[in-house]
Amino acid sequence: MNWSQHLPALVVAFPLLGAFATPLFSLGGKFLRNLLFVAVSLVTLIIAFLLWRNVLLHGTILYVMGGESISLTLPSGFAFPVRIMFEIDALSAFMGLTVAIASFAGALFSLQYMNGFSGLHRFVSLYFLLTVGALGMSLTGDMFNFFVFIEIASVASFGLIAFWRDKPEAIEASFKYMLLSQISAMLILIAVGSIYGKYNFLNMAAIADAIQMTTVDKLILALLVSALAMKCGAFPMSMWMPDSYAESPSGVTCLLVTVSQVSLYGLIRVCFTLFGTVAQNSFIPWIFIVLGMMSMFFGVTMAVIQHEIKRLIGYHSISQVGYMLLAFGVGLSALHDPRALADYGFTALKGGLFHMVNYSMYKGLLFLAAGALYYATGTRDLDRMGGLARRMPYTTVLFLIAAAAISGIPPFNGFVSKLLIYESVFTVHPVLSAVALVTSVLTLASFVKIFQTAFLGPEKNQWKSVREAPAGMVLGMMVFGFVIVGFTLFPSWTISNLIEPAAKALVDQAGYIGAVLHP
Amino acid sequence: MNPLSVVVRKGCDIFAWFMVVFGANVIIHGDLTPGGGFQGGAIVATFLTFLLVAYGGNRLLSWVNERFYTSLVGFGLLLFIGLAFMGFPTSFFYNFVSVTHEAAMAGGAHGIIPPSGTIALMDIAVGIEVAGGLSLIVIYMFKGIRLYETSPVGTECGHDR
Amino acid sequence: MIGNAPFIVVGVLFLMGTVAILSERNLVKISIGVSVIASAINLFLVAMGYRNGGAIPIHYLAGAHAKVVLPIPQCLTLTAIVIALATTALMLALIMMLYKHYGTLDVNEIRRLRG
Repeated sequence: MNWSQHLPALVVAFPLLGAFATPLFSLGGKFLRNLLFVAVSLVTLIIAFLLWRNVLLHGTILYVMGGESISLTLPSGFAFPVRIMFEIDALSAFMGLTVAIASFAGALFSLQYMNGFSGLHRFVSLYFLLTVGALGMSLTGDMFNFFVFIEIASVASFGLIAFWRDKPEAIEASFKYMLLSQISAMLILIAVGSIYGKYNFLNMAAIADAIQMTTVDKLILALLVSALAMKCGAFPMSMWMPDSYAESPSGVTCLLVTVSQVSLYGLIRVCFTLFGTVAQNSFIPWIFIVLGMMSMFFGVTMAVIQHEIKRLIGYHSISQVGYMLLAFGVGLSALHDPRALADYGFTALKGGLFHMVNYSMYKGLLFLAAGALYYATGTRDLDRMGGLARRMPYTTVLFLIAAAAISGIPPFNGFVSKLLIYESVFTVHPVLSAVALVTSVLTLASFVKIFQTAFLGPEKNQWKSVREAPAGMVLGMMVFGFVIVGFTLFPSWTISNLIEPAAKALVDQAGYIGAVLHP
Repeated sequence: MNPLSVVVRKGCDIFAWFMVVFGANVIIHGDLTPGGGFQGGAIVATFLTFLLVAYGGNRLLSWVNERFYTSLVGFGLLLFIGLAFMGFPTSFFYNFVSVTHEAAMAGGAHGIIPPSGTIALMDIAVGIEVAGGLSLIVIYMFKGIRLYETSPVGTECGHDR
Repeated sequence: MIGNAPFIVVGVLFLMGTVAILSERNLVKISIGVSVIASAINLFLVAMGYRNGGAIPIHYLAGAHAKVVLPIPQCLTLTAIVIALATTALMLALIMMLYKHYGTLDVNEIRRLRG
């Protein structure tokens, strides 16, 4: 049998098998469980990479779960796609690869970071389930399946955020996130039910082909956009983000960041692919732009006054999500105007997608570095840290790379994606660019503050005995650092091979529909 | 919870086992009837709830073995994903056991497994998993109500290590 | 009119759940609100899945020549019920942990994460 043809199923099935096999492997002791943890994450990363390469070489891949053909042909001769299927175009494969990288790095980091806590086999199971949920969300081609995967990811993350259950804050953050994500899941389910009631389809491509713009569809669009905007952390419902990012174990946080990006992927999938042909007006793009501006500004202003390192970085997540919303809003507004799309819309989409992967990488690295600081010092309060650069050289260098990337300092990858966003949104309105620039400056200011208080300055007496984080944690951080440096050194290769195919897939709605309906 | 009267206890003794049999019935006919693994597993899990109500928590906790229910969950999940993997030469979750309607009518293939294939087997796997999982939920919830410690707090702490 | 009756029930249940989530201060009541919304949506899915003239999608109950409704909404409902059960159990467990830590179920007093 041809394994490469089964890659889409394997990339989800393998971590799922890992999650279910963890209790069995845990009987064999700590070493066997850790081996399973790392091996399954690594294999998932390799499969996701192969899948991405296959998609680039051969175009959109379809995979049908439990059947031979996509469609069910009725006796009347009418064939319609009824089965659960994965439809993987360049954008989905790109998101899957991002998730797999974050999952692998978090797994390496968690090995020693979580060492010494009980209940680790449940931790490993939930970690794999979170990976499965995020991968499935990015690969699926079925609306209801998307809901199921979003719920798998949510339930796993509730458990993981509340993993340190003796901390009241962790339970509180988990409850907050649970309430919000349950409500958003319910809204998605109403939308899915309405779609089925109107069109008798759940397949995304078939819906996109059949969709019209009646009142019901506007309602569906509003429900999906509000639910997914809540899940990805846009401004009015963003309070779960700093809370749950600050309270979850760091190895999990870097994966949670990516999961919120996958929700954003769902948002753009709905707006560009599902409603791409019919959403002609400029209402939704301006919702995106306004939400993005508010998230950027609110997030960064709240961040500069924080004193707790992980909370500070968590507030920056809100402002970074704002950049992507802004870019996608501008891209969406230009979607139906070929001249505008070529002029600035496509650049905005490229910038948004590049920023998405950059953000997942450097924000993951920042959280892991903050976790390493917490592991070494036992505190997250910035005011109590100081002079740690001498004691923790690797963490310092990696944190510096990530901080430079998030602040958009020129050679780094964050600068490239931010530049793409600035120059494209400037065409729509100069104010948008100005707000983005101010946000970037404030981001730089707050990361200078962290770096200066935590790493530089005179060495405090209480941190004389602090040692560098263990090798596994440094390796986990280096995975992210490696990706960031790679993007930094080869920005044009990255854009032409990783970002442009994804951006093309995003605007190529006819291709997405045609792959299923006219194979 | 305190133990109830002897009448209730004897009644629960009988009906608890009856619920297990009924749940198993629902599970193994899951491919034909509006039942299935989840529903049957939930019925089986009422076994523990019956005993909890009738005998009170302290005696129940001295009877149950959590590892048994955990292993039920693990076994059910592994069986499920194993069946899914066995469909692989065609596709993930492919129903590799089933025979077509015509072949079943001609060859006289009877019983649960041949016509529905892996669906019946997966129903059984899900039934085992749900029975174990819901029983565990009942046990843990009861422990939580009593504010029992499931593990000593002193040995691990997330905030200040 | 009578065909729309399920949707009216769905609307009323949904509103009840929303009001409970927004106005109640007790965590258990909030979780009841979430469950009520979940039930409303399950009812919505089942009611939405019926097509006029269709028969029940169970082989031996459908009759000989009847047209059978596609059972996808039932599958959706079943999956949604299972997910709702899992999240309700988890939510109640978290509420128990919160009570253990804070000694109260009032949302206004469970506010250590601010600013």
